[in-house]
Amino acid sequence: MDLLIDIISWVCIISGGLFCLIGGLGLIRLPDMYARMHGASLIDTMGIGLILTGLMFQAGFTLVTAKLLLILAFVFFTSPTTTHALARAGLNGGLVPEVENDELSEPGADPSKT
Amino acid sequence: MLHVVSLAVVLSGIWWLLSGYAVLFILGLGAGSILLVLFICHRMDTIDHETHPIHLAPAIVTYYPWLIWEIVLANWDVAKAIVKNDSSLRPRLMQVKSTQKSEVGRVTYANSITLTPGTVTLNADGDSFLVHSLTQGSKEGLETGEMDRRVSALELGKDGHRATSQPAAGETDI
Amino acid sequence: MFIAAAAAVLVTMALALFRALKGPSVYDRILAINAFGTLTVVLISVHGFMAGRPEFLDLALVYALINFIGTIAVTRFVTYAQMENPTDDNEPGEI
Repeated sequence: MDLLIDIISWVCIISGGLFCLIGGLGLIRLPDMYARMHGASLIDTMGIGLILTGLMFQAGFTLVTAKLLLILAFVFFTSPTTTHALARAGLNGGLVPEVENDELSEPGADPSKT
Repeated sequence: MLHVVSLAVVLSGIWWLLSGYAVLFILGLGAGSILLVLFICHRMDTIDHETHPIHLAPAIVTYYPWLIWEIVLANWDVAKAIVKNDSSLRPRLMQVKSTQKSEVGRVTYANSITLTPGTVTLNADGDSFLVHSLTQGSKEGLETGEMDRRVSALELGKDGHRATSQPAAGETDI
Repeated sequence: MFIAAAAAVLVTMALALFRALKGPSVYDRILAINAFGTLTVVLISVHGFMAGRPEFLDLALVYALINFIGTIAVTRFVTYAQMENPTDDNEPGEI
């Protein structure tokens, strides 16, 4: 039973690390700020979620697990807020998204393609 | 009043969780802090259904597992798009209409969109959101309108599965 | 296993730091630093397990709080910096 729990937690932690790496790769590789936000969101959800879940399996039913759950819930609640604040600041600051469909109905945004 | 009680319960839970001691002195400090926080919140008039949406609590039990599963699927999609070459990236902007009645429902919907990788709410103007989507899959996932339907059902306190099918949310490509 | 996780998180932090240094826009930097902070939370938790001291989780929790508030503050600051100053006659300016 201990071995099974160990294996599950290894799988969670290793795949969480992989998702973190892919998210970091996305931060480097994706073309513009709005696309990079998706890479950061990969880290914020799956990366941190899987690693902390793996740690929870290691900790068992203790106060530590409850604290890990609290951290996880907190990150899950705050991550969309920061992303949204940042996206709005970028949009107001005149950063035009590089998108395929070129007509923006946003009145403030520049309709010309980048 | 119900909101005050629920806030007090949540605060005591957090205090007990973070301290881990059951000594009378420390619990007394906790009770004092909680009373202070309740008093400040009462003075600031911030305890209401909006900051403390307990009416959503029963329905959210079925919504969260669905949302987490959706996040897992979207993660897989976006991770594939990042690792593969840029050919599968199709960044797009679209307007999404939300059918929620209350502010809390709209915030839940917008945050659910943002929390799912591949779609980010850039701007919310009334009941229409400007959404940036990264891949074809994430765009189509949002266009089915299932998340909108589920959040609307959540808002009414209903289970997402039993919700009567509303007319499909009118997403329009722009 | 914890070492592997810590290594993956450290490499990702290096990637985020690279993006933060490279820019090009200030929003890219804020985004990268926000991701960096989130990864720090994970790193602190993993280190707590690695050292066998679960008290580190409290630090991770506080770091998550500070990271959130810091990112929001910097975003607000950047937004304000590009706007007009508030006028004299007690107009609050646009938020």
